[in-house]
Amino acid sequence: MIDLTVVWAGIIAVVIVAYVVLDGFDLGIGILFPRLKPGAERDTAMNSVAPVWDGNETWLVLGGGGLLAAFPLAYAIVLPALYAPIIAMMLGLVLRGVAFEFRWRDPAHRAAWDVAFAGGSAIATFAQGVALGALLQGITVTGRAYGGGWWEWLSPFSLLTGFSLVIGYALLGACWLIWKSEHGLQDKAFRYALWLGPALLIAIAAVSLATLTLEQQYYLRWIRYPGIVLTAPVPLATAAIGVLFFRAIKQRREAQPFFLALALFGLCIAGLGISIWPDVIPARVTIWQAAAPYRSQVFMLVGAVIMVPVILAYTAWAYWVFRGKVDAAGYH
Amino acid sequence: MTALLLARAQFAFTISFHFLFPAFTIGLASFLAMLELLYLRTGKPVYDNLYRYWLRIFAVVFAMGVVSGLVMSYQFGTNWAVFSDKAGPVIGPLMAYEVLTAFFLEAGFLGVMLFGRDKVGPRLHFAATLAVAVGTFISAFWIIAVNSWMHTPTGYELGANGQFMPGPSWAAIIFNPSMPYRLVHTVIAAYLTTAFAIGGVGAWHLLKDRDNPGARTMFSMAMWMAALVAPVQILAGDLHGLNTLEYQPAKVMAMEGHYQSHPNGAPLILLGIPNSKERRVDYAVEIPKASSLILRHDPNAPLAGLDTIPLADQPPVGIVFWAFRIMVGLGFAMAGLGLLSLILRWRGKLYRSRWLLRLAVVMGPAGFIAVLAGWTVTEVGRQPFTIYHLLRTADSVSPLGAPAVAASLVAFAVTYFTVFGFGIWYLLRMMAKPPKAHEPALPNDPTRTAGVTPAPALLGGTET
Ligand code: HDD
Ligand code: HEM
Ligand code: HEM
Repeated sequence: MIDLTVVWAGIIAVVIVAYVVLDGFDLGIGILFPRLKPGAERDTAMNSVAPVWDGNETWLVLGGGGLLAAFPLAYAIVLPALYAPIIAMMLGLVLRGVAFEFRWRDPAHRAAWDVAFAGGSAIATFAQGVALGALLQGITVTGRAYGGGWWEWLSPFSLLTGFSLVIGYALLGACWLIWKSEHGLQDKAFRYALWLGPALLIAIAAVSLATLTLEQQYYLRWIRYPGIVLTAPVPLATAAIGVLFFRAIKQRREAQPFFLALALFGLCIAGLGISIWPDVIPARVTIWQAAAPYRSQVFMLVGAVIMVPVILAYTAWAYWVFRGKVDAAGYH
Repeated sequence: MTALLLARAQFAFTISFHFLFPAFTIGLASFLAMLELLYLRTGKPVYDNLYRYWLRIFAVVFAMGVVSGLVMSYQFGTNWAVFSDKAGPVIGPLMAYEVLTAFFLEAGFLGVMLFGRDKVGPRLHFAATLAVAVGTFISAFWIIAVNSWMHTPTGYELGANGQFMPGPSWAAIIFNPSMPYRLVHTVIAAYLTTAFAIGGVGAWHLLKDRDNPGARTMFSMAMWMAALVAPVQILAGDLHGLNTLEYQPAKVMAMEGHYQSHPNGAPLILLGIPNSKERRVDYAVEIPKASSLILRHDPNAPLAGLDTIPLADQPPVGIVFWAFRIMVGLGFAMAGLGLLSLILRWRGKLYRSRWLLRLAVVMGPAGFIAVLAGWTVTEVGRQPFTIYHLLRTADSVSPLGAPAVAASLVAFAVTYFTVFGFGIWYLLRMMAKPPKAHEPALPNDPTRTAGVTPAPALLGGTET
């Protein structure tokens, strides 16, 4: 028999990957926004994500809904534990989400909505990174509930993961712009990618090393034999992709940097999975302890198996409709 | 202020804001689909112009609906963790289905609907509009199923760990006893809300220019909607109330202001001031025996009052009583305006009667107020439970300190009033401009992207 709990852990992981792949770059555009010139540059950047950002963000809604449905206990412990960063993330997403519409409707306050877009994107990203760090460093659990205070999430480590994610999404944003824009804006994006790339690699290294000190489980998995045989390929692949990434930037490839940057994220998430498996709350609650009953799992699985391919199909179609290069112009 | 009270205030605040937007987008998406269909069928430019006019407004409302909805999907966990843990196995899958079948559908086709008209052609574009409209409806279906299950929980089993577990039939959970009534009543409410908003805008422009074709068309369409649907809503509300009487009698007692039981025929209290200390309604204006007539279809039927319910299980009476009267009053006002419009239409004075137009402007926001009032009746009337008779609100809340919840409540209030305040102002500004003969498309749309294949770019090639 297939263990549906494992299947659901896999699905949640896929949803997280899909979210990072899809929303990372449009949050990154927001982070880079203050560096872009008001006028054509900003309008182009905004236009490159306007038709798709809503769909991208829906993966975050699915992540929340999916966690509640498949691992209700984890949802109930994690969200109060990460209260402040989660609230900050939501408010950030509110600010940036409305800016997509509002900045066009109100030229007089456009500068203010650009600040909201950039600030909201940066806050949301930072908060996501902090939340991840706080989860990794451990959460106090009492019975079936969160047992810590409302500042427990705050630590040097969670701030480090917060900053790292800001760098990472900014890189994705730059690579997206390389792909979708031309001329001056593209040159600018290449320049940013050139220093954001190394910055991200350093951040990945720093977070990885710091992680080893957090829980014994992490240390054993990554450093000791036999774990290291399985885990060593991850940092090696990261380094290799880093090299390919520089080559692609140097050769001014247009699409490759984006996909290579995504590959870096993919490896980070794989590393994360190796560290915490089979827990949802590291070292406290396993996926089996948190899992919803069998009937909930089956019911949702039917929906997921039917709907996810359909969703991917029409999402791909929407991207296809808005393919190619973008500029700042309106309808001609 | 306790953390519990703050969490309740926060939930009520964020959901009330959220619901204003879907109440408008559910109706507006259907209205847009209708306009586009009429345009495809008749080729009359007025429909196309109205489509463009309302599409801009739709885009702003939708953006606000999405971001405020995102907040809702995490509120359950942040503020109502115990509830989430216990009810997650039952309501979680329904909400996951909402995301899978509705939110992705709306979001996926929204981009094409807003920006893709010149790229995909009129028919495919109509299909995208339709997909968004259907998506809003599916979304309402699932979330109303969730909400209704909290009011009339069926189809569950209690687990050893204190969780509610799904029973053998998901249909028993989804189609719980109050769900069909709540779904019908809420969707009609969304249509009415939209109809009165559109009608108000049309009337406003007709007052200034009686011959504006766009304003005439929208006003006429809206008034048809009001005339036909408002009476249906009254009927639906009545049936909903009878259903509530069966499953949540305490809520109906609060709505009616019946502190005491009436063994031979209960009066219908039209107005009055509920006095929960003395357990009576002061200054009551009442029709003898009418309440029994409405609720039991027999003027002399006995009707139990709140004196039969333990004090600890009673909802607050004042809020429920007043909110109910606001909703019902507006419902009758809407039906009245619809009837007037029929008479004047029949006499050929629909666009010329200035007092009808003024009335329609005043009634423009009526739907939003009625919808909030209705939800207040529903949700406050369920108190003191989150899952009726099974889980108390006081036992549902997250283990958080009051300062944390207070701080986030302030942050929400400041952000929401600023952001949505601006948003509503933009909406009013757009609505204040009359529909023109050549409505422009959305300004600054991402364009000029068609005809370039991504294939070379995917392979790492250079500019095509
Ligand atoms: C345009 C909006 C609108 C209008 C005109 C009305 N309603 Fe309503 N009502 C709603 C919008 C609404 C709502 C916001 O959609 C609610 C909240 C939950 C629900 O199912 O619908 C609601 C709830 C609600 C409830 C509470 C049910 C429960 O929680 O168990 C009752 C008894 C009624 N309505 C009855 C009526 C009656 C008798 C009306 C006739 C005049 C009426 N409503 C007009
Ligand atoms: C359909 C989805 C909805 C769900 C699942 C839902 C669920 C909840 C929950 C969990 C609470 C907090 C616990 C409580 O205080 O009872 C609540 C309270 C409340 N909700 Fe809803 N709600 C929904 C829709 C709405 C809407 C659309 C409104 C619009 C105004 C609304 C108004 C309120 C109010 C006013 C309260 C506070 C009641 C009180 O604490 O006295 N709800 N609801
Ligand atoms: C607690 C209850 C609720 C939660 C958790 C919730 C959640 C959400 C979320 C996450 C979105 C954004 C979807 C996107 O990304 O496109 C959304 C939008 C929407 N919601 Fe809600 N919602 C709630 C209550 C309601 C109610 C009561 C209704 C209707 C009866 C409703 C109808 C809609 C519709 C139609 C949309 C899409 C249109 C729009 O965004 O304006 N929701 N909701």
